[in-house]
Parts: sequence; C-alpha cells; structure tokens
Amino acid sequence: MTPVVSLTNVNKIFSGGGRPQTVALKDINLCVEPREFISLIGPSGCGKSTLLRVIGDLVTVSSGEVLVNGKSAHEARIKREYGMVFQSPVLFEWRTVLHNVELPLEIMGVPKAERTRRAREMLKLVELHGFERHYPWQLSGGMQQRVAIARALAFSPKLLLMDEPFGALDELTRERMNAELLRIWQETQTTVIFVTHSIPEAVFLSTRVVVMSARPGRITEIVPIDLPYPRNVETRESPRFFELVTHVREALRRGEEMGA
Amino acid sequence: MVAAAPSVKRRTSPALAAVLVLIALAIIWELVKLVFRLDSRTLPHLWDILAALGEPSRRNGPPLIAVLLEAAVFTAQGAVVGFAIGAVIGFVLGTVFAHVPILERSLVPYVVASQTVPILAIAPMVVIWLQGSWWSVPVIAAYLTFFPVTINTLRGMKSPDPRAIELMRSYAASTWETLWKLRFPAALPAIFTALKISATSSVVGAIIAELPVGVQRGLGGAILNFNQYYITGPQRLWAAIAVAALVGIVFFAVVSLVERAALRNIVR
Repeated sequence: MTPVVSLTNVNKIFSGGGRPQTVALKDINLCVEPREFISLIGPSGCGKSTLLRVIGDLVTVSSGEVLVNGKSAHEARIKREYGMVFQSPVLFEWRTVLHNVELPLEIMGVPKAERTRRAREMLKLVELHGFERHYPWQLSGGMQQRVAIARALAFSPKLLLMDEPFGALDELTRERMNAELLRIWQETQTTVIFVTHSIPEAVFLSTRVVVMSARPGRITEIVPIDLPYPRNVETRESPRFFELVTHVREALRRGEEMGA
Repeated sequence: MVAAAPSVKRRTSPALAAVLVLIALAIIWELVKLVFRLDSRTLPHLWDILAALGEPSRRNGPPLIAVLLEAAVFTAQGAVVGFAIGAVIGFVLGTVFAHVPILERSLVPYVVASQTVPILAIAPMVVIWLQGSWWSVPVIAAYLTFFPVTINTLRGMKSPDPRAIELMRSYAASTWETLWKLRFPAALPAIFTALKISATSSVVGAIIAELPVGVQRGLGGAILNFNQYYITGPQRLWAAIAVAALVGIVFFAVVSLVERAALRNIVR
C-alpha cells in the first residue's frame, strides 16, 4: 500500500533578507501509512508547522523528496488531496456557516445542490446542524473551529493537515474537541497529521507521536501510542496514558538537551 | 415636551438628530453674526438666504431655487459619470497593484504625485485635450475620485489573513477565484470608505471643472455668476453654495445606503 506521506531526507533552509540562515528542517525522514493519526510535537521553532506546510506544498523544500499519495506534494495539492485546518478558524465573515463549508466545493466546481447536501452532511458530522444560516461571529471559538473542520472535510480529502487547531481553546473545550476529532477520524477514515504543543492532546489522539526539537528542526523520536480504542475520558485517567505522557515529555526534554 | 419624555431612555432617531443639528448650526450662525457685528454682505441672515431662493434671480425669471436645482441636476450628471469612471479606474489600479508588487512599488508614487498637482492646473489642459467638450467635466471629476479608491482597494485587497490565502492555495484556487471569493469581499469595507470620500469630491471636481470648460448651466457657472454680483446680492451665492453642499450630501447618502445593503452581514 502506498504511504499517504513519505518524506526522504527533507531539508528546509530559510535565508535571504540579510538575516543569517535558519535551518528550519534537517534530514527529516517520515512515512505515514493510511488511516494513521500522527502528531508533530516540539518546542516553538522546531519546524513542526513548516513540516506541515511542506507536506501541503505551501512551503517548498530546499532538498529532499516529499511524496503525498505517491505523487509530488505540488501535484497532490493541485489534485486537492488534503484539507487544511489552522489554529484560527479562518472563516470568511461575509459567508454563512453553510456557505463557508461549501467554499472548497464551490472552487472545485461541485454543482449547487450537491454542494449544499455535502455541506449539511459535514455540519451534522461536527454536530452543528441548525447553525447553517448563522454567521461566524455568532458562534463560539470552539464552534467556529468545528466549522473549519467541516470545511476541510467537505471534499473528502484523503489527508487532513491540522496546525494547532485547538491551541486557542480552553482546556475543557479542547478535550471535548479531541474526543470529537477522534470520532470524526474514525468515521471518515482519513489520515491526519496534527501539530500541537500539548503532550496529553498528542498522546490521546495519535497512533504515533513524532517528537521534534529546535535549532535545527529535526525528528528526535517517534513514539507509538498503543492506547486501546475507543478512547474516552477514562483513557485520560488510565496508567498507560500517564506512562505515555511521561515518555513523550522525557523525549522532548532529551531533544532540548541535545540541541543545547 | 420635556414633561412628556418617557422615563425609559430612548434612542434619538437619526432624522430628529439631523434636524436638531441643523437648528443648532443656524443658531450659531446668527450668534456669530450678532456677536462680531458682521454686516449682511459678510454674512447674510439665514432667512435672507432662504427668501432669496424664492425670488427670481433675474427680472421676470423663474425663482432662484428652480434655477439652482436645474444647475444641480446638470452638475450631478457630470459628477456621477466622473465618479463612475474614477471608481472603475481606482478599482482596477488598486487590484493590479495588490497582485503585482513591482507595479505597486514603481507606480504608486506617481499616483500619489498626481494628487499633489492642483486640479486648477490640470483642468485647463484637460479642456484643451478634449476640445472643450462636456466630457472634460467627468474626466476632471474622475481625476479627483480615482485616488482614494485606488489606495483603499489596494489596502483592502491585501488585508486578508495570510492563512486565508494559504487556505485558497490548499484548494488549488486560481488567482481569479482568490480575487473574487476572498480578496474582493475582504476589501469591500475599505472600498466603500473610499467611495464615500470620492462621492463628495466628485461633486467638487465637477463644479471646478465647469469653470475652465465654460459650461454655464451647472452649479459652477451659477457660483461664478453670483460671485460677480456678490456686492448686490450676497445671499444668492450663499444659496448656490448650500445647494452644492446638498448635492454632495445626497451623493454621500446614496453611497452609504448601497454600503449598508452590501455589508449588512458583516459586523465590525
């Protein structure tokens, strides 16, 4: 089976503007299988957001190979093979919730009726039915982020790229969104790559946690997460969960010391 | 009236507020005249100006108000056409500048420079180029109106969150789709701000343009004419100025109404 994402010796160097060169990504090798949920975790400046953008062809690499579904990242973007969710919802304030979710379908030329049907279905999936005609400013932060997720899933991409999507939410809302995201991931059978600062969030959601460290940005460890499904509130209180959280925390610390 | 006021705090209606402001301005006008002992040539009584509107401006002619309103309609035509030309040019320039940084950097200074040249210097040249046709009026009005639209369209088109641009890129949206689905709606509030400024300056532009063009039928002609007879009838010039201001206010109000309809779903 072709891996969804395959990164081979990827390097990214930011330079120019009279500033010293920054090695944002150094020798990144990663292979993501279909149906995986991968979290990228690491300190600020470790390049995890850059890595996500490299996979999404929003940033070009300096060297190395990036394959998405066996194609170049550029080709995969042109073929609309991934959905993107950012830290802020980035909803269009002049569009209703329904029309925001329809946006990618509109650009992809899906007929009006089909578009509306898909968008309604997605809003049901994120439990926002009844809010179709609301405007973004009428929703809470958590609800807005769910609209953003519905929008990213509207065209059934094989890959979902998420850049700290719950970073701006309070702890309880965040845990609820984590549970919902797991449910959505299981229902839609997509592959997810998820950038986060939060260790418990990464452990709770992932099949594997990719630990990164800064200066230069690199992968220091990949931690497989063997927590059983379904994962719920009890999962967060299980001994195995704490073991894994501790494991990831120590991996992060080791990475920091290596860099220092 | 005070006694009848309900105890619950009520919002004053905009129409009532406008009338109250008008009354206050009238009182200030007359107070200034009284306190500084200004004669009626320097500052005529408001009621003299109002009365002049009802009197014929020429012997056995129609009342002044009819003359001025006819002139206002004529000037408004030049202003509207000029406003439209200026708005379209401004929108196109702003949009191009927002997409082509090299053009923005190289041409925006000239756009700014164009506005430092007094319209009085430009107007006679335009008249000569267009051989004194009526079209000189809207062209000169457009010269005043394109600038705010250019600058605000440029600013508005560049206003979207960089992540919104990335989002459109992730959908492999074309530049054209990103323009119409993201940049243009995001720019609308800024564009309307510019259109409101341009609406009033297009009236000024049309009035000024009428002078070198030698158009007699507009407000420019009327103002020039009443200027010459200011000593004998100062209230007629004041009346012409009031009508010119009215045209500007009507323009502004029309654009504001369109703005309200277009942006009704956007809460800022």
